Amino acid sequence: MQSLQEHKEEQWDLEIKSETKLLDFHIADLIRYRDLLGLLIRRDFVANYKQTVMGPVWIFLQPLLTTLMFTLVFGRIAKLSTNGMPMLPFYLSGLIPWNYFADCLNRTSSVFVANASVFGKVYFPRLVMPLSIVVSNVIRLAIQFGLFICILTYYIVQGKVTPQYELFPLFFFNILLLAVLGMGLGMLISAIATKYRDISNLMAFAVQLLMYATPIIYPLAVAREKSIGWLIELNPLSPPMELNRLIFFGNGEVSPQTMLYSSIVAVVIFCLGLAMFNKTERNFIDTV
Amino acid sequence: MSNVVVKVENISKLYRLGEVGTGSLQQDMKRWWAKTRGKEDPFAKIGDVNDRTVKSDSQYVWSLKDINFEIESGDTLGIIGRNGAGKSTLLKILSRVTTATSGSIKVKGRIASLLEVGTGFHPDLTGRENIFLNGAILGMTKTEIKRKFDDIVDFSGVERYIDTPVKRYSSGMYIRLAFAVAAHLESEILIVDEVLAVGDAEFQKKCIGKMNSVSKNEGRTIIFVSHSTHAIKALCRKGVYLVNGQMRFAGEIEETLKVYEDDIKDPETERLISSYEATERPDSPAQILNVRLTDERGTEQTSFDVFDLIFVEYIFVIREAGLSPISPIINITKDDTELFWSFASDNQPAMIDKPWEPGIHRYRVQLPTPLKKGRYSIACKLGKLRITDIDSLPVKLRFEVEELSFNSDYKSFAHYRPGIIPALLDWHKF
Repeated sequence: MQSLQEHKEEQWDLEIKSETKLLDFHIADLIRYRDLLGLLIRRDFVANYKQTVMGPVWIFLQPLLTTLMFTLVFGRIAKLSTNGMPMLPFYLSGLIPWNYFADCLNRTSSVFVANASVFGKVYFPRLVMPLSIVVSNVIRLAIQFGLFICILTYYIVQGKVTPQYELFPLFFFNILLLAVLGMGLGMLISAIATKYRDISNLMAFAVQLLMYATPIIYPLAVAREKSIGWLIELNPLSPPMELNRLIFFGNGEVSPQTMLYSSIVAVVIFCLGLAMFNKTERNFIDTV
Repeated sequence: MSNVVVKVENISKLYRLGEVGTGSLQQDMKRWWAKTRGKEDPFAKIGDVNDRTVKSDSQYVWSLKDINFEIESGDTLGIIGRNGAGKSTLLKILSRVTTATSGSIKVKGRIASLLEVGTGFHPDLTGRENIFLNGAILGMTKTEIKRKFDDIVDFSGVERYIDTPVKRYSSGMYIRLAFAVAAHLESEILIVDEVLAVGDAEFQKKCIGKMNSVSKNEGRTIIFVSHSTHAIKALCRKGVYLVNGQMRFAGEIEETLKVYEDDIKDPETERLISSYEATERPDSPAQILNVRLTDERGTEQTSFDVFDLIFVEYIFVIREAGLSPISPIINITKDDTELFWSFASDNQPAMIDKPWEPGIHRYRVQLPTPLKKGRYSIACKLGKLRITDIDSLPVKLRFEVEELSFNSDYKSFAHYRPGIIPALLDWHKF
């Protein structure tokens, strides 16, 4: 068999062509470069906390400080309703998954521009970069989630919240959904950002706006009564956020239909993002 | 079975000139509109041949046009051409950093490219962590890097600092570590850019030496890009010569380099010049008046036989009394390589202390002969020692040495013997 193949003239290991398939997941390439993926995740983590006094403690402190601020500003001063849920775990339950989504989105969207120097010098499947971002953020998310569980346990013992334990596995589906959405949207934007740099200026503002359009600091039930409630309901991020609240507080406005809607939107955006990403990676280095 | 491991077929690449970003949305729309109607890209049609010296109306140029060549297993291929000929673009396409507008490249075996060393080095990570990261970026697996780790550290010579963040490395250490990783790549095909060879001469030698041993001992295929004919000659067996994005020549390296060298020859700098007479500038304190190249009878010559004696007559004027210390200087170059500098004060040290008498001074100096066959040029200067030039001739004397009376007993002078200078040395038993 081996010799037969050798006799065949046109037995090439690699063909570099000018046109490539748009919906290519580069699975074989990604498997070959799996060690690079691992090392990039490690680099992300190690490099971030080198030369800091408190190191990974920052992973806890960031959401905690933001939650305290939210409690003060939105809870105490603006007196936004949390629909009876205790403020501290309520904000935290929204903020932790949101931070994960936003980190994935922000960092993926600048992946070409930020890595131009590396991408311009050596080939590896570009998809490794956004994947490493999504995975390294999962580690951060897991640590923050541990903190959240501790705080939640305190409230459960106090008898202030009753989680729906049987729904817990759905939390992981939720994270997957957020990862797919964040990475998909990020890839879509990253592709545009290589040509039109205006996007990166817009991003900080757009992400903030999106946060306020997602039930993070308020429950969907409250937003629904307002005139722009339909907009919040249309947001594909709302169902997973509400599902989280249903899981942990037994108090959320979510149905299988809305979750299906979110999943479909996520898959469509991801495929679109992947296609744009694949199209861009071919020769963005000429325009970046 | 054919031995071809890389097959480049009809590679072309179109580049946009001017400021990318202005008006591109509008053009993108037009292009998209043309595409949806099944028409050709309206901007691709107006592509020109890439000649940067000619201004053209077209905003698009073919950076590469219809490039075809093949590389056999174990070959070393040099890609040469002037700046902007498309060498780097071709390299980038081969490295898959960017894609061609049309055409295809077929490859057998693993291909790795070194357009830069230390790609992806993170300053905060230690040398050890960076070896792994950089290796993985270049396409090695963790197991491969682990196996070669000790070799890499040995080669780099930074063992003591291996657990120190690389931002604390000296730039020399940084480069050595980066090159050490690159040198231990295991791919069958290696693409190397000349920018890799920046740095000091010793480092360049190390790079070229390592690459040579890689291709010779390990039978790997190397594609090397450079505009230095020296480096290419040292390393490559085959050559591809690009002009304005098109293939001008492909073949054995000697032939390719010959075509290249003939092309870049400037007729003006190729003229042989036996003498130069300067126009007098009465206000200058000292000036070279006349220089001549002569044989031993004092006759002006531009062509010499290998064994002929060669003299330079050097006449200069000192107009300002007490001007010191000054010496006539000549320096000799062969094919861009400086052979030596000679000062009249070398054998007359008194020149350094004694002020010059005003008036015309004449010197004759004999060049060391025999010289090997080739073209030489002599620059003449009048210099204040170790400070500055008072005068230097705008034109160099140029002469050639031919092998007219070639004698097989004196093979050390033969042009085909490597080396710049001939040396007939005394070998005896002891």
